[in-house]
Amino acid sequence: MLLIDCPHCGPRAHAEFTYERTRDSVVTLDMPPEAAMRTLYERENPRGWDEELWRHSYGCRQWLVIRRHRTMHAIASVADFDDSVTPC
Amino acid sequence: MSRYSALALLRGALTGQKHWQPAWRDAAPKKSYDVIIIGGGGHGLSTAYYLAKHHGIRNIAVVEKGWIGGGNTGRNTTIVRSNYRQAPLHNFFEFALKLWDGMSDELNFNVMFSPRGALFLGHSDSDMRQLAERGDALACDGIDAELLSREQVRRLAPLLDMAETARFPIHGGMIQRRGGTARHDAVAWGYARAADALGVDIIQDCEVTGFAMAGGRVTGVETTRGVIGAGRVGICVAGNSGPVAAMAGIKLPIEAQTLQAFVTEPIKPMIDTVIMSQSLHCYISQSDKGGIVLGGDPDQFPSYAQRGLAPRIEKAAAEAIALVPALSRLRMVRCWSGTTDMSFDGSPIISALPVEGLYLNGGWCYGGFKATPGSGFAYAQLLATGAPHPLAAPFGLDRFARGATIDEAGVGPWPQAR
Repeated sequence: MLLIDCPHCGPRAHAEFTYERTRDSVVTLDMPPEAAMRTLYERENPRGWDEELWRHSYGCRQWLVIRRHRTMHAIASVADFDDSVTPC
Repeated sequence: MSRYSALALLRGALTGQKHWQPAWRDAAPKKSYDVIIIGGGGHGLSTAYYLAKHHGIRNIAVVEKGWIGGGNTGRNTTIVRSNYRQAPLHNFFEFALKLWDGMSDELNFNVMFSPRGALFLGHSDSDMRQLAERGDALACDGIDAELLSREQVRRLAPLLDMAETARFPIHGGMIQRRGGTARHDAVAWGYARAADALGVDIIQDCEVTGFAMAGGRVTGVETTRGVIGAGRVGICVAGNSGPVAAMAGIKLPIEAQTLQAFVTEPIKPMIDTVIMSQSLHCYISQSDKGGIVLGGDPDQFPSYAQRGLAPRIEKAAAEAIALVPALSRLRMVRCWSGTTDMSFDGSPIISALPVEGLYLNGGWCYGGFKATPGSGFAYAQLLATGAPHPLAAPFGLDRFARGATIDEAGVGPWPQAR
């Protein structure tokens, strides 16, 4: 179980959150199809740290960027979604 | 390799059963091989077996970072069936199912394949329409599917809660009678023994740490036991496909996720078929040892931890108890997890990779065990000839770029874990 420290609601149980995808797999609207396909579907999928987009679905419903270790389940940071995530 | 038989057992009785030999050699790596398969699970071992048996290649190594059968092969819920809706999937899994049928004889190893029937329950009119539609799709390809009435389901599995007011009311079902379960460890052991007998080196405790490359093609693998040369290398490490492919600089349409399974204390036979559901993601069967084996959803976020979330256990248990109330009297004795390769259309990938000489068999999501013989058979053909087996051709890595994803869930390609 993860304990996720939502910047708006404080520490909350994992079950309140939904994983969306990795931060680096968000496409811009003007991206050429080939690049968009690669961005959407090809993942590092590391046995280590990655930045992920999550949503506090059963809380404040805010989108979040979580830096998380995929083997240890440690969470380094939980931040709000900002313009750098959706650069379009 | 001495043949296992009743006669050998009787003969052994006269000599205190001292004739038993290890089922396969503990091979040390040679300098090079024609083909190296990374991953000593059921898929990797069956690939090596079919390569040696059907393609005349005998200089083969299977390298395994842990021990044979210690990964997902020994962690699944052992269900075998072929009744998928999508034609590429059901034709492929049907090919595998036919191999399951003769596997114990072929390998001279009892894999305890038990075709006890794979039953899907329908909980609504809409479920029943979908089951009928799936059954028709299966019938079009000559695969058995029998639509069952409520009464037929009741006779088949009398412990199901058939009340009109049940949490998940049962309107009927669909059964594939040739489906069932098998002993998962035995499948790995049987293929390991049979491959070893054909000269395949099974190298355990040998983790791949990188690829040796020359002129843009793979020439071997770097391992914790030294560099081993290879003509062709087949990755077969579902659960860890991402990190292994990354060593060759390749990114895959796969995310790793945890999938859990559970087993209750052993009891007398109470469920003699495999119970699944069209609407719930819960599957129930009874092992030959007597434990009720339960599985549920993956954890739905990327993880390699091999330990799962408590809410998933609760959900699977709640669904199982709602379907079969008698299960509430049993104690759950163990739960465990495996790491699954979740591909973004829910279907496997059996494909050449963009690096010459390097191939991938992965992306099995939560359905790899049932494919074990077919997966090995098709992958062996790809590794031997460089051309895909016709039934595995739809599972190429390029299908995402071509928009030709194979989407069993019917939700469209979905670039996130599912």
